Amino acid sequence: MNKIFIVIEREFMTRVRKKSFILLTILMPILFVGVITVPVLLSTMDNDEKFNVALIDHTGKYAPLLKDTGKIHFMPEKKFAEELRSEDSPYTAVIVISKDLSQDSLGATIYSRKEVPVEITRYFNSVVRDNIRNERMASYGIPDIDRIIAESDVRYEVRTVKWTDDGGEKMSDFKIAGLVGMLFTLLIYMFVLSYGSMVMQGVMEEKTNRIMEIMVSSVKPFQMMMGKIIGVALVGLFQFLIWGVLIAIGMVALSGVLSSDIDPSQAAAMAGGVQGVTIPDAQTPEFLQIIQGMNLLQISIMFVLYFIGGYLLYASFFAAIGASINEQADSSQFMMPIVILMIFALYAGMFSIENPDGPLALWCSYFPLTSPIVMMVRLPFSVPVWQLILSLVLLYATAILVIWLSAKIYRVGILMYGKKPSFKEMARWIRFK
Amino acid sequence: MDNFLEISNVCKRFSNHVALDNVSMDIPRGKVFGLLGRNGAGKTTLIRIVNHITMADSGTVMFDGHPLCEQDVYNIGYLPEERGLYKKMKVGEQAIYLARLKGLSAIEAKKRLTEWFEKFDIMPWWNRKLEELSKGMQQKIQFIITILHRPQLLIFDEPFSGFDPENVELLKREMLKLRNQGSTILFSTHNMASVEEICDNIALINHSKVVLCGEVDDIKNRYKDNTYNLTIPSDAVLSDVEVISQEQKGQKLNLIVRKPAEETNSQFVSRLAGQVEILSFAERMPSMNEVFLRVVGNDEIR
Repeated sequence: MNKIFIVIEREFMTRVRKKSFILLTILMPILFVGVITVPVLLSTMDNDEKFNVALIDHTGKYAPLLKDTGKIHFMPEKKFAEELRSEDSPYTAVIVISKDLSQDSLGATIYSRKEVPVEITRYFNSVVRDNIRNERMASYGIPDIDRIIAESDVRYEVRTVKWTDDGGEKMSDFKIAGLVGMLFTLLIYMFVLSYGSMVMQGVMEEKTNRIMEIMVSSVKPFQMMMGKIIGVALVGLFQFLIWGVLIAIGMVALSGVLSSDIDPSQAAAMAGGVQGVTIPDAQTPEFLQIIQGMNLLQISIMFVLYFIGGYLLYASFFAAIGASINEQADSSQFMMPIVILMIFALYAGMFSIENPDGPLALWCSYFPLTSPIVMMVRLPFSVPVWQLILSLVLLYATAILVIWLSAKIYRVGILMYGKKPSFKEMARWIRFK
Repeated sequence: MDNFLEISNVCKRFSNHVALDNVSMDIPRGKVFGLLGRNGAGKTTLIRIVNHITMADSGTVMFDGHPLCEQDVYNIGYLPEERGLYKKMKVGEQAIYLARLKGLSAIEAKKRLTEWFEKFDIMPWWNRKLEELSKGMQQKIQFIITILHRPQLLIFDEPFSGFDPENVELLKREMLKLRNQGSTILFSTHNMASVEEICDNIALINHSKVVLCGEVDDIKNRYKDNTYNLTIPSDAVLSDVEVISQEQKGQKLNLIVRKPAEETNSQFVSRLAGQVEILSFAERMPSMNEVFLRVVGNDEIR
């Protein structure tokens, strides 16, 4: 038993001291905070680049509407001259309007030597669109039509409240719950996959370097394998802890900076946009209330439990693969089924957001190979306790079974050289005495 | 004789071939025991059984008077033929790690390692990564790791492969020193020349069976073929003696002669002395290589 700890210690220490680990651990939160805040900061910053645009308006209808903005300066030109094409023309772009655009939408073109700056097209489009709409609305002859349309353009989000067992009420929100679930799903997927393959790499290193030959006389293969799996898991949890702390610090520090000049709903919307889900109306107090309503403690504990279970399950698969193959190139044929399973689980999780209590979500959250990923989606929507227990029992029972099988494959495979393995061969190793 | 390791009737069968077929041998305490045989003869499988890496299908292994059990690996130092270490790990750290797995405390491991590193003159490499070292240097480190926990039984599988002659000598010296300190050494090789120098006993395995086993001197006696090196003046004439080869060297004639089986050495010498002046006379002992070829060759013909 003592030897497992020595192995764990080595696996943990060598990985944690690696430059790549330190770098990644420090850079990821910076990257994460950056991805969220940079767009917000950028949108508030003025780009001082200015564009000169030549405007050739044969209709004479649009030239007065296209006013100079802070960035775009329109210069009327009589007709298209060859100099406008040349390299040293003072214009970034040339707009040619030949027909009335409400009749013929192809009547205008923007020419440029380079890619047309998106600001110019966007501004031009919006001016023309407004103009056409106003003309059409006017043609209906309804008085006050502007006001009528403005009033009927309504956005509505119902407020949802969950009853708690103690009789209280908690704010809940489908989208935020989905967002949180998705975040945890992605985290589990990424962690299991990357740390699982780290186990495989490590096992393969030991095999191809023939270190195992020296080790097996002092350590049992099972101790070796478990030591490695647990050691790598600790690296993962350690990294997770550091990230959690760093991100928390970063967010607190940044929210201090941001709240001074950006309103929080914009920042939150940006953050939501990054995840592909928009947060409807994230006035900060209400937003926090919803998050608190989700019982973060329960979710965190479940996250760790499912992470450990799912990791043990998949890492022992990976360890068995690493022990069976002789070179990196052989790994893909064995990796494939596992990666496909995980991607299936990820997609099942994504579709489960729409219907977290539907049959797909339900069955995938019991099936041990998908449950760690899919259950994460369901968690923020409150899962009955008996379902959680059933799913966890199934997961851990399967994990133990797979560890047991993998240990058998590992024991034979780790000292078997030269032979290209197959699934049939591996099945035979399981039966070895 | 006091045997440290007694292997009796060990069989090991893999799915498509028999690796060991009823193998028995006794390895005496405090001796160097050579395990000979071609590649694939079953040497490594036997060593793995002794090391508790694989199990024998049948048969018993007695270790220091009791049946071999898992705890015994602490008393075995094993240097495998195919050996490697962690390339990216620092030499000293790695050696301490492996020593701890063998049951030494970190402090004790460091103390002993420092001694050995100084002895082998590789102390400056302590903090280098293993991949920066030459192959010979890595092998020295592996040797140190094998013997560091002062095991009673040392097993070397092809220990000299890849070493330069100077380091082979160093290794042989250290091995004999360890034997003199009381360790029992089991060493497997197909390099017959090294056997004669350091082995006290040998067992020859061919096609999964033990075909020859015993003390090196005994075996040589058993396989001598009554031939003698004889040197006489070049003008002398021998009659009634079977001459296998002859070679003129200046005023001398070097002969290899065969003695008739029914004659004793004294009778043979006096018969020769009656005919010619004997400048030198010595019995030819077969080299282990010749013994090996004869035993294996016979086996092949059968």
